[in-house]
Amino acid sequence: MNNILIAGVGGQGIVLASKLIAFAASGNGMDVMGAETIGMAQKGGSVTGFLRTASAEKGEKLYCPMFPKGKGDIIIAFEPSEAVRNISCLKKGGTVIVNTNPVMPVTAALTGGSYSGSEMTDYLRELEKGSYIKLFAEDMAARCRELGNPRVLNILMLGLTVKSGTIDGITAEDIKNAIRKNVKPQFVDMNIGALESICS
Amino acid sequence: MHKEYLMGNAAIGRAALAAGMSFISGYPGTPSSEVLETAAKYRTDKTYVEWSVNEKAALEAAAGAAYCGARSMVTMKQVGLNVASDPLMSLAYVGVKGGMIILVADDPGPISSQTEQDTRTFALYSKLPCFDPGSVEEAYRMVRDAFELSEKYRTPVILRPTTRICHGYASIDVYDESEYLEIPAEGFVKDSSRWVIFPKLSYNAHMAIEKRNRELSSLLSSYEGNSFERGTLKTGIASHGISAAYVSEALEGLSEKPSFLKVGTPFPFPEDLAVGFLKSCDEVYCIEELDPVIERELTYLCGEYRLDTHILGKLSGDVHTAGENDPSYVNSLINSVLGNVLQTERMPDPPALPARPPVLCAGCPHRASFYAVKCAMKGKKAVFCGDIGCYTLGNAKPLDMVDTCLCMGAGVNIAQGIGRADPDTVCFAFVGDSTFFASAVTGAINGVYNGADMTLVILDNSTTAMTGHQPHPGTGRTMMGDIVEKIDIGAVLKGVGVTEVVTADPFDHEKAVRTVADTALKKGVKAIIFKSPCAMLIRPEKAYSITDKCTGCKGCIRKIGCPAIVIENEKVKIDTSLCTGCGLCAQVCPFGAIER
Repeated sequence: MNNILIAGVGGQGIVLASKLIAFAASGNGMDVMGAETIGMAQKGGSVTGFLRTASAEKGEKLYCPMFPKGKGDIIIAFEPSEAVRNISCLKKGGTVIVNTNPVMPVTAALTGGSYSGSEMTDYLRELEKGSYIKLFAEDMAARCRELGNPRVLNILMLGLTVKSGTIDGITAEDIKNAIRKNVKPQFVDMNIGALESICS
Repeated sequence: MHKEYLMGNAAIGRAALAAGMSFISGYPGTPSSEVLETAAKYRTDKTYVEWSVNEKAALEAAAGAAYCGARSMVTMKQVGLNVASDPLMSLAYVGVKGGMIILVADDPGPISSQTEQDTRTFALYSKLPCFDPGSVEEAYRMVRDAFELSEKYRTPVILRPTTRICHGYASIDVYDESEYLEIPAEGFVKDSSRWVIFPKLSYNAHMAIEKRNRELSSLLSSYEGNSFERGTLKTGIASHGISAAYVSEALEGLSEKPSFLKVGTPFPFPEDLAVGFLKSCDEVYCIEELDPVIERELTYLCGEYRLDTHILGKLSGDVHTAGENDPSYVNSLINSVLGNVLQTERMPDPPALPARPPVLCAGCPHRASFYAVKCAMKGKKAVFCGDIGCYTLGNAKPLDMVDTCLCMGAGVNIAQGIGRADPDTVCFAFVGDSTFFASAVTGAINGVYNGADMTLVILDNSTTAMTGHQPHPGTGRTMMGDIVEKIDIGAVLKGVGVTEVVTADPFDHEKAVRTVADTALKKGVKAIIFKSPCAMLIRPEKAYSITDKCTGCKGCIRKIGCPAIVIENEKVKIDTSLCTGCGLCAQVCPFGAIER
């Protein structure tokens, strides 16, 4: 059983990331359920997606796509404050995969708010030290710049998730197959290349 | 059958096609829109699909198809049913021949709606059978059941998923195309005693409906969508929809279980099943979203059957009255009712989180339009009536350009009322192109006829953006893929007697401000059409950047609040991954410090 929460800011490609994990899991014969925020919240607002996988063979059963607080296995956060915003959904010892590059809200620029992102990453490191969480943090915006493409952030986040070894029953190869089936043909190689730049 | 990972709305659309539906109409509205879009994508050569001009038109068209014996579906969100309620109430009396599903998506929270109204209550009010699915899989199955019931009893049937079903995903069994039903439509058979509503017909139909619903209540007690699991405790839980799934999960690990009633047909209520449940319990907690429909029914049944079971829920103050349920809330509610103590781990307190409200996109033409009107009306007493769409987000700071927002098409009439009661105010109403066609044309006519003084600002971005870019009468495209004559908003306005109709490019800032200033103070109803496509529909142009002429005054941020303009290391910077090159910021910078 995987209870996964994907969090970020509208427009970061969360819907596709969630879909790719779901296809990878269902391709491996797992039961999958998901839930997404669509609509008004997608315009630059905080966005979360729930994803659950279960193995009927192991007697696991899914009732609904969302899970209670404290029951999450993994948070995949595309933005550091969005990881912290959703931290209460994680179980003790759960995994946080986070892109450390912040997205500044318009309100912060307007009100002179001091948000920098690093206070969020520092807090997550503190939780890691206290053994509350396992942490995999990386500046994915820098990786995107290296690859010359801001649109592969979601694939890089999936790469980091697979590389962390904390997701049950899904390999890089499964994600690649899901990319081949769900992404427009002209973008398949670019996305697979991005994935391979992190994990092969 | 085969397995597929589907969104709830996609499952409903696919199930309708598999059940032989040959006509589907609707008006976009979150969280319902993907049902019709899925039907359009997977339609057979026998399926007709349309986005109608509004929900009333959609429901009436679907009724016409059902009169002919076609299986039809009409889709909308919960507030859309208010628009369609006139034909709905009468159609309940007249009935249908082919199966007809009225798909109404409810939005507890609300997450993206004006109201927390409950379509289960509307079902009771209109006396129409209603199905309330608890999972994506059940929504798929209920579509076929609803069509069968509709045809058998010659009545339209409501299917009301909520947001978490509509936008939930699951891997479910779906029919292969070879298993799809074919339901040929007989065609319209004239019979004025059936299709023409008159007081006598309504009286007879009313009696028949009450009798039918009593029969249905008894029949639905054995429907698989309604269930009663006897527990080991004298406490019971009654629930519905996605909340019932949260209940099932919360009960999974418990050794001593409460009895559990799940209601999949809130109307007609499965009375026999519910009475059996009530008799097994001393107290019952009703865990519902939106209205306390089950709680009221159970309380009524306790009275009717003289049962002393104590019914608790929203009405008794034991369950929260507004907002959606979530697994955490339901889990802790059930455990506290049962006296179980849940262990929680406390983490160190997190730092203050940045607020992240939704905003107009970078490059959105609405920002430029609002800012032009704001500049033109600076220092004047003006009121800005908003409407439903992306442009409701024009209320956010720093634009702060939406003073009222009520429902689809309301702004144009509210502006007229304000103008009468507060005559020295310059009154504006902002409305998007899709909303204009849906329900603002009548408001424009009302203003012309009654001699109102107001300016109608049409924010024409050539699409229905908020709900996912659906076509509308002004786009010249239909859901059947046909290219048709575009209905010209300016010509419509002139046609209904608006004499002053001007079109402007919102991104030509100075000219736009002049156009507003010249137009707004004239007498009568005037219209300004700000025409510029949705930023998500066009390829971005080269991004702008801040040069060293920047004094750090942050005027650009304070004036237009574009999400692509950020502060980095205390300097103003343009995020090139977001900038679409619209150039509005370059026009508002007093130092000419923004260039490309």
